[in-house]
Amino acid sequence: MTNKEKTVLITKNGIRHDGRKKTDLREIRFEVGILDRADGSAIIYWGKNKILVAVYGPRELHPKHMALPDRALIRCEYRMATFSVTERKSPAPKRREKEISKILAEAIEPAVFDYLYPRSVIDVFIEVLQADGGSRCASITAAALALADAGIPMKDLVVGCAAGNLNGEVVIDLDDVEDKEGQGDLPIAVLPLSGEVVLLQSDGVFNPEQYKEALDLLMDACQTIYKLQREAITNKYAKITEEIIEPVEVEPEPTEAKVEKKKGEKTEEKKETEEKTPKKKASAKKAKSEQSEESEKKKKTSKKKEKKTPPKKDEEAKE
Amino acid sequence: MSDKGLISMVEREHINSLLIHGKRIDGRNFDEYRTITAIPNFVPKAEGSAIVKIGRTKVIAGVKASIGEPFEDTPEEGVVTATVELIPLASPDFESGPPREDAIELARVTDRAIRESKCVSQDSLVIIPGKKVWILFIDIYVLDNDGNLFDACELAALTALMHTQLPECKIITNEDGIEDVEVLETKKPIQLDHIPISNTFAKIGTNIIIDPLLKEESIADARLTLSFTEENKICATQKGGSGSFTIDEIKKCIDIASERTKEIRSKLNSIINPEGYPWSEER
Repeated sequence: MTNKEKTVLITKNGIRHDGRKKTDLREIRFEVGILDRADGSAIIYWGKNKILVAVYGPRELHPKHMALPDRALIRCEYRMATFSVTERKSPAPKRREKEISKILAEAIEPAVFDYLYPRSVIDVFIEVLQADGGSRCASITAAALALADAGIPMKDLVVGCAAGNLNGEVVIDLDDVEDKEGQGDLPIAVLPLSGEVVLLQSDGVFNPEQYKEALDLLMDACQTIYKLQREAITNKYAKITEEIIEPVEVEPEPTEAKVEKKKGEKTEEKKETEEKTPKKKASAKKAKSEQSEESEKKKKTSKKKEKKTPPKKDEEAKE
Repeated sequence: MSDKGLISMVEREHINSLLIHGKRIDGRNFDEYRTITAIPNFVPKAEGSAIVKIGRTKVIAGVKASIGEPFEDTPEEGVVTATVELIPLASPDFESGPPREDAIELARVTDRAIRESKCVSQDSLVIIPGKKVWILFIDIYVLDNDGNLFDACELAALTALMHTQLPECKIITNEDGIEDVEVLETKKPIQLDHIPISNTFAKIGTNIIIDPLLKEESIADARLTLSFTEENKICATQKGGSGSFTIDEIKKCIDIASERTKEIRSKLNSIINPEGYPWSEER
C-alpha cells in the first residue's frame, strides 16, 4: 500500500493534500425546502459531495405488518446515483447501501419524537448525486434538516462528521483521496445539544489514544457544523417572513384600480376557504389577500410558508 | 433488529432490576464474557471451517476458494469476502429468503474486521500479481441464536481462516507465452498476519454490558462492536440500535474491550479445541 501512494496526504507541518489543516472542515452549504412534492427536503454541498434528501410522512405504512404499535417506523433509503462516482455504479442497491440505510435510520430515530405517530412511517430518501468521501455523515446532516423542514417534531438535529488517520495524524473530515489512501476512517453522528453519539463506525486502524483524540476533535467539529445547519433552517424561515412583511410596507403604493381588481379576485377564493378551513387559516388568507402580491415567485413562497407552518398547529390540535 | 422476538414485561423488569444491583440474569459481571469454544475443521470438504460457541450461541463458518482475477483498483491483492445467513433453523425470528439488512450488517462488520486488520497475508493469496489471485468466500451460518452474533461471526470467520489450507500453485507458460496456473495436489495453510478479535457491548438504560444474551439484546437501547488487532489497534467499529452512547461511555468501552480482547487472544489456544463438543451440553 505505502509504496503506491502518489499524493502526500499530510506534510510535516500538518498541511493536507488540499491545503487544509488537521481540523479544518471542507466548505459546507445547505439549502432547505427545495423540492415541491416532498414534505421536507434539503440538499447539502459538502466539499464535492452533493446529496439530496427528501422526507415523506408521517404517512400510512405499507406493508402494514411492518407497523410498530407504539411509534412511527423510520425508514431510510440511502442510494448512490450511478454517475456519482468515477466508475459507473450499478443501479441495484449494494450491501454497502443497505447497511448505511440501516444505520442512518437508527441514528435518526433518537432525534425524532416517533411515539407521536404510532403505526405510521416517516420515509427518508437520500440520493447521493456526487460522492467525495464522508457521504454518510453529510447524508445524516442533511436528513436532519429535511426532517425539520417537514415539520416533524424533533428533540434535536443530527450532525455527522468523520475523522481519519493519515500516517498516524488524526484529522477531521476526510475527502475521497484521504479516505482511500489514509489508514483509517471514523464516521460519527451526534445529537449536538446533548452530545449523544447516535452513529459510530470505523475502519482502518487507530490505536486507542488516537481513537479518543478523534472523538474529542469530532465533538468540536460537529458543533461547528451544527451552527451552519441551524443557520440554514432559520434563514429559510427568516427569508419567508421578510417576503411577507415586505408587501405590507409597499401596500399604499399600488394604484387603487389594481388593488380593487385583486380584491375582487380574491374574495371568491376567500369564501371558499372560509367554508373549508378553520378560522386561523382563513384569517391568515384574509391577511394575505389584502397584501398585493407582486410576482408569482412571492406567491409561491408565501404559499409554501402556509404549507410549512400549519403542520405544527395540526399536531397540537390532534393531541 | 426489527424481527427481534418479543419479551414479556415481567422479564424486562427482572433484567432491569438485576442490572440496578449490578447483576445479570446469568450471574455474570457487566464486563464478564461467556465461555467460548471454537471447533475447527468441522467440514473437511471446505478449505477451512469452524463452529464457534459463545455460551449457547452457535455459528458455523466455511471457507471456499477459487482462482480469479483481482479487482481493478487492487490488482496485487487477493479477495476475501464474508457473507452471513440468518437461517430459519436458528431462531423463530429468522425467515428464509435473501439476506436482509440485519444479516448484511453482520457480514459487512465481519468483513471489515478481517479486511481492515489485513488479517490474511497477501503472499498466500496472490498467484500472478495483477492477473490471478485466490478469492476466498467466508460463508457464515448462524445455527443457534442466544445473542452476540457479531463476536461469534467474527471469531468463526477468524478460526476458519486459521485452519484454511489452499492448494499450491505452479505458474506455467504455455506455447503462446501466456502465463497460466496449474493447481497442484499438495496443500499449504494460509498465512495470517493479524488476528482481529471483537467485543460487543449492549447498553440497557445507563448500564453497559459486554457479550449480551439474546434477552438482554432484546431490551437494549444500543449496541457497540469494537475490533482490536494484536497490536492493540482498533480495526473496526459498529454502533447499532436506535439508542445512543456518550463519548465517555465509548471511551470506557474502548478500555474494557482492549483488555478483554487481549485476554481472549491469550487464551485462543485453549478456546480452539478440535475435540470440543459443538452442540448444547445441557438443556
